[in-house]
Amino acid sequence: MDQPVCSRSVTITNPAGLHLRPAGLLARRAADFQATIEIVKDDQRVDGKSVLSLTSLGLEQGSTITIVATGDDSQAAVDALVALIEQDFGREAAENQGGNNH
Amino acid sequence: MKQWQGIAVAPGVAVAEAFVLSSEGFRIPRRAVAQDTIEAELHRLDAAIEAASDELAAYRDEVSASLGRQCGGIFSAHLQMLRDPHLREEIAALVRERHDSPEYAVSKVMRRYVQVFQNLDSRYLAERASDIFDIEKRLLRHLLGLPREELTQLTAPVIVLAHNLTPSETARLDRRLVMGFATELGGAGSHTAILAEGMEIPAVVGIGPFLTEVSGGDMVVVNGDDGYVIAQPDESTLERARKASKEHHERSARLAALREAPAETADGVGVEVHGTIEFPAEARECLQRGGDGIGLYRTEFLYLGATHEPTEEEHYSAYREVVPTMGQRPVVIRTLDLGADKMAQLPGPEDEHNPFLGARSIRLSLRNLDLFRTQLRAILRANASGSVRVLFPLVTTLEELRQAKTALAQAEQELERAGQRPRRVPVGMMVEVPAAVMMIDQFVREVDFVNLGTNDLIQYTLAVDRSNREVAYLYNASDPAVLKLIQLTLAASRKRKIPAIVCGQMSASPMYTMLLLGLGARHFSVPPSAILELKKVCRSVSISRCKAVAARALAMDNAGDIKRYLREELRKVVPELAG
Repeated sequence: MDQPVCSRSVTITNPAGLHLRPAGLLARRAADFQATIEIVKDDQRVDGKSVLSLTSLGLEQGSTITIVATGDDSQAAVDALVALIEQDFGREAAENQGGNNH
Repeated sequence: MKQWQGIAVAPGVAVAEAFVLSSEGFRIPRRAVAQDTIEAELHRLDAAIEAASDELAAYRDEVSASLGRQCGGIFSAHLQMLRDPHLREEIAALVRERHDSPEYAVSKVMRRYVQVFQNLDSRYLAERASDIFDIEKRLLRHLLGLPREELTQLTAPVIVLAHNLTPSETARLDRRLVMGFATELGGAGSHTAILAEGMEIPAVVGIGPFLTEVSGGDMVVVNGDDGYVIAQPDESTLERARKASKEHHERSARLAALREAPAETADGVGVEVHGTIEFPAEARECLQRGGDGIGLYRTEFLYLGATHEPTEEEHYSAYREVVPTMGQRPVVIRTLDLGADKMAQLPGPEDEHNPFLGARSIRLSLRNLDLFRTQLRAILRANASGSVRVLFPLVTTLEELRQAKTALAQAEQELERAGQRPRRVPVGMMVEVPAAVMMIDQFVREVDFVNLGTNDLIQYTLAVDRSNREVAYLYNASDPAVLKLIQLTLAASRKRKIPAIVCGQMSASPMYTMLLLGLGARHFSVPPSAILELKKVCRSVSISRCKAVAARALAMDNAGDIKRYLREELRKVVPELAG
């Protein structure tokens, strides 16, 4: 029986792109799920649970990626990861901006 | 010839060839792995990854506690990268398919990632290459099974130059061959500095960047008296440095002659100089220098780095290593003086923004009474083989002191129920927070002695973190506020006729001895390496002179002026110790 696949595209808004810290958070969150998770950028496809692979994508601000999850909890996985990128990384960016107003 | 200024942390002058601790420095065996040992090698790889991960986790916790979550986060990120399944798979693939040794495979894979990162457009990510190098180094260290390979392969005297030396790295330096060291980072009050002084290795820290300008093998001079480092000295400089180094050694030899002499002042007033020790082995050094006892036995080593709570037996055997050695000379054992952040055995603190003002030391002990009574029972038992005293750290209120004494009484009862007959152990407290000094008249009625913890007293009084380079200039033992608090403590103890043992770097510094004697101090506890110097100063002064010095110093309102004045006074009586 085919496993459910779920995918969604999202844009990186963090000015620093997907640097180590958010890559780390993304990989850690992805590891919470059973589903296989891949991050696709153009013709590159990497394992979303691997912080090194994510970082090596070199995702800058403005990049659009597609999150593809395959497995029973694929829907939940995609939802969670999109939320992470859109909400938390955005918030981090805002905090960093605030912090620069010395 | 090049010269750099830094912070002098351990006296003396050393001249030797430079040994630069660089980020390279591993000789990686390229050997091919035989087919039938592949599984064993992969097993070794996995073990190294495990060990490096544990190390990183501990590092992360330690650094988070001392430098904040952001710095600690560096090691979280390292940990995550190390545990990345792709990493392990790539390395394993090289071992299996190419028969590369795990070390070689690690290096190859890490370098590949470095290249990938460096080729990205993002400058930020390119900088992450140094994180990869760091992880590579850590993993290789575990695979090669060495603390830091370079330093264990010395064959000739050297001066170690490094970006930084952690306390444990400093402690591991081979004193026979490492003549001195200098680092780019570091501060005056750091544990590395304290260790360097204890190990009697001339050292200069906090120089700032300079390593790129020196090469391994260059002739180097480290001047731990004035705080500078010279590379490739010209003939005359080299000559002077060698001479200074020789004089330093001769001075040490002369001091050694003081071993048997008592620390009596010139006008016959008896002074006791005890040893402050961290490890049992130092007790012997204390005796060898004619110490009058152990004024402070720090017990933290039993907890640091241990994965389980030290048992009563482990405590007891650490104390038994010291107590009988000292015969009937008193041994002051201080109970745990750490925060939970440093202890693997306790759940980490919820969110300690300020560990130094947090749940540590006596507060932690009173919250973990089983842990506390275990240590207290061991202390009571050790008393049977000598003359033990118990010391409670960071006591802030009378209530805390009374609770601690209650715990001691309970520990006594526990031993009695087990059929033992513990003798009464004198009880003391560390006076290291201003609150304790303000209430000293009440405190001295409830203890048998006090220990003046000058390091922490200075920090808490001046609200300065001595390891913070931005404000380290404010950390001054000669600050008039600090001197006033010391005076109050010594006077109150004197009035009550209980001993007040002065500890900390201020106590071990000859510059402050006359002042402290003049304020009424008659007991000092110093690292064994400083015992002879202290004796020398005591024997060279009269109490009346010391009183005059103290009075004059107390009349000044400026730490810098006081320091200069004290140095001048020391120069008049023991010039070679005045630097």
